[in-house]
Amino acid sequence: MRREPPQRLADYGPLFFPAGMLTVFFVVPFATMIAVSFFQREQGGFYTAAFVFDNYARFLSLFFGKVLGFSLFLAVAVAVACVVIGIPFTYLLSRSPRKIQIVWLVALLSILSLSEVMIGFAWSTLFSRTAGITNLFVWLGLMVQPQALTPSFGAVMTAMTYQAFPYTVLVLYPALVRLDPTLTEAARTLGASPVKAFFTVVVPALRNTILATLIMVFIFALGSYLLPQLLGRPQHWTLSVLITDQAIYQSNMPFAAAMAVFLVLVSLALVGLALYAGQQRQAK
Amino acid sequence: MSGLNLSHVTKQFGNFTAVNDVSLSVPDGTFVCLLGPSGCGKTTLMRMIAGLDLPTGGSIELGGADITTVPTHRRELGMVFQSLALFPHLTVGENIAYSLRIRGTPKDAQKKRVDELLAMIHLPGFADRSVAKLSGGQRQRVAIARALAISPKLFLLDEPLSALDAKLREAMQVELRQLQQRLGITTIVVTHDQREAMTMADTVVVMNGGEIRQAAAPVDIYRRPADSFVADFIGQTNLLPVEADSAGRASVLGEVVEGIALPAGTAKGLLSVRPEDVQLTAPGHGAIAGTVTFIRDLGGAIETFMEAGGAQVIAVSAPRNRPDVSVGQSVGIRLDPATSVVLAR
Amino acid sequence: MTALRRLFFFVVGLFLALPLIVVAGVSINARQTLAFPPQGFSLSWYGQIFTNAEWRNALIASLTLAASSALLALLIALPLAWFLWRRIAPWANIFQLLGVAPFTLPPVITALGLLTFWATTGFYGQPWTAVISHGIFFVTLPLVTLSLGFSAIDRSLVEAAATMGADDRTVFRTVVLPLILPYLVSGYAFAFVLSLNEYIVAYMTVGFTMETLPIKIFNALRYGYTPTMAAVTVLFLVIAAVVFGLVARFGDLPKLLGAMSDER
Ligand SMILES: Nc1ncnc2c1ncn2[C@@H]1O[C@H](COP(=O)(O)OP(=O)(O)OP(=O)(O)O)[C@@H](O)[C@H]1O
Ligand SMILES: [Mg+2]
Repeated sequence: MRREPPQRLADYGPLFFPAGMLTVFFVVPFATMIAVSFFQREQGGFYTAAFVFDNYARFLSLFFGKVLGFSLFLAVAVAVACVVIGIPFTYLLSRSPRKIQIVWLVALLSILSLSEVMIGFAWSTLFSRTAGITNLFVWLGLMVQPQALTPSFGAVMTAMTYQAFPYTVLVLYPALVRLDPTLTEAARTLGASPVKAFFTVVVPALRNTILATLIMVFIFALGSYLLPQLLGRPQHWTLSVLITDQAIYQSNMPFAAAMAVFLVLVSLALVGLALYAGQQRQAK
Repeated sequence: MSGLNLSHVTKQFGNFTAVNDVSLSVPDGTFVCLLGPSGCGKTTLMRMIAGLDLPTGGSIELGGADITTVPTHRRELGMVFQSLALFPHLTVGENIAYSLRIRGTPKDAQKKRVDELLAMIHLPGFADRSVAKLSGGQRQRVAIARALAISPKLFLLDEPLSALDAKLREAMQVELRQLQQRLGITTIVVTHDQREAMTMADTVVVMNGGEIRQAAAPVDIYRRPADSFVADFIGQTNLLPVEADSAGRASVLGEVVEGIALPAGTAKGLLSVRPEDVQLTAPGHGAIAGTVTFIRDLGGAIETFMEAGGAQVIAVSAPRNRPDVSVGQSVGIRLDPATSVVLAR
Repeated sequence: MTALRRLFFFVVGLFLALPLIVVAGVSINARQTLAFPPQGFSLSWYGQIFTNAEWRNALIASLTLAASSALLALLIALPLAWFLWRRIAPWANIFQLLGVAPFTLPPVITALGLLTFWATTGFYGQPWTAVISHGIFFVTLPLVTLSLGFSAIDRSLVEAAATMGADDRTVFRTVVLPLILPYLVSGYAFAFVLSLNEYIVAYMTVGFTMETLPIKIFNALRYGYTPTMAAVTVLFLVIAAVVFGLVARFGDLPKLLGAMSDER
């Protein structure tokens, strides 16, 4: 069997179904969404085909500027928090005995698969007055009275970090587990303490991976739509929350679509910028 | 006492003993080769000396201080890994300067030292190259220079030359030995290539099954092996059963050989005879009777394989002493007591 | 160092476990309030998932959706991954990119795209649209594991089979498929478990006609928290742990997640 370009039509056979499905049910919907973002909204949740920029024009308000700013800030903060904890954690995990690695991986996969609804529910319980962590503090004598820790920015940030952390570890895992262990050993024979070896060898050797992970976690966090709603105040709502809100409760599809297109563009632009910055540093 | 001293060093992985009760003294400035078959514990022993693994028993001393549990980064070592472990994110110069940088050496002193080392490894002007763009031999040298940057007390190399082709390897062996003699640094090299060990070492340490079988100068290892494993592992040898007859004389393959004595109180042993010390004569006259089974002409040497008393005997001769025999012919085999060694069976 | 490392692992573990411990505690409360530590002990909230018709229907809907959409995802991913591995066709990588995009983009975007699509084509609300939506949304997972699996196949094995007279089809059946099987199973498992828990895509496509468990929980959240939600959360966590545990038991989990070899 030689690996060669497909020759006859039959060689393309395996591609038909996947290509068809992805085109019809991903590319076309995406295009539909872009089209709808230019449509005209009618009263009562309907819209008519048109080509207007009204939906985009609505962003040019202080309110949406703030929401966008906050969404990006929150996603960056979550990405940084996850990566800062995730790198040493994944590094140590990748150097642990295989059995321990497997237990952690199963746990992380299970948490990763938990629905945002359930994560939100779990954290709002943990932060609640009746069943929350503060009851533990009272019991330990650290607090006089249990109190609710939601809604607050801290609660949103904590829960989103919780949600994104397993994802971060699983994205970092392949690169760290493949990192040649003799590199750190070499650093140690050359006089670097384990901590110093981590910062002078592991981190710089993986800087492209780290950058890529930051971007992926950033996009992942950008997609959080329930946690800000369940655990935050209205000023903590993100663009994802507003999109859901407009699409489902306000029945304003054109506007929701416009925001979604905008979100894609902004995230692509940021990704591009980060990659460009990474390349600049590489070239230096 | 100065130098490196291992006493009763043991390493167990679970209930598998990788290194068993190893004791060894290495005086300052000595070049030691650890030699042995795959899996005999060489790397494990070296990693314990480097502090990358902790022994489960015994102690390690360096320069009079017990370093058994001192962390690797405080041991002032230089080590070259089999994979070389050059840092891919650093240039050649930055790799070499690494140990100076983390010790806070000023930039200009770092640069000066890097230039010195690059000159020493014959790669001047390579400081700004990326390590990915070096040839195998160049990478090797950079790894050596990096390990020597702080003038370590101890220089460890784990199969440093195994990735190189035969020509380059021979050249590097000589270079490494000359470098070590110039710097006078205590050096331990792991290898399973005995030629390499013979070329470089002051002391060859032969290991098997996690234990040291013999530690001696290369010639002594070859001429006076301590046991049959060493005799067989180093070079080619004939290991022939030797027994004491009723009169107490040693008999090999049914023939009494004068001048050979078994240790007092033992009736059986093995005689190690190097093939170049086996002489072929006409049958009879007290020679061991054998039959030629195969002749191999290697150009530089001729190997004659013989069957004698149920054992195989190999003789090697130089082309100008080509024995006048052919396959199937009966011959007499003579052993020289002076070059034969009696070993425990 | 090892003490420090243990402490670090412990803190991270605590952070990950704490909300789940509280939820598990709440789920065994005797009375219908959220209280922790639990007041009394009762498994009735777990029972309710199976006896209460609404919860049971939601559970069945979730399981059916997960099982069928994961299968669809696999049916899309397998031929694509095989084609990309078998042929030299750089332009076909565009489909790889399309397959990775749905899960990588913020989920609201995929969800909204599908919502507008189903609404425009007039199928909005049909249960089968959820299967296709999830199938597309989660195609990324089997695609990633299968690409990893194919890249791990030593091509000389295939060449060896060819020298022994196997044609393309036979090679696929006798060499490729057995080698790729662990990746196939894990890809299905990942898609299954994530689909089981998925909320936004399901909600936007069939939220008004069909209730999966996450949708049911979210709808119920508006009327206040009940211990049944806690019980469902624990149940789903256990299902996920069992599925991934089985994958780890019968496959090489680190390798499936991208570790190079089975050493160490
Ligand atoms: N971390 C470990 N856990 C369990 N067993 C180990 C470990 N490291 C080494 N061993 C075992 O210890 C024995 C000695 O290994 P070591 O690497 O020291 O051999 P070696 O002499 O360096 O061999 P080679 O010449 O092949 O490099 C081997 O049987 C090996 O399987
Ligand atoms: Mg070794």
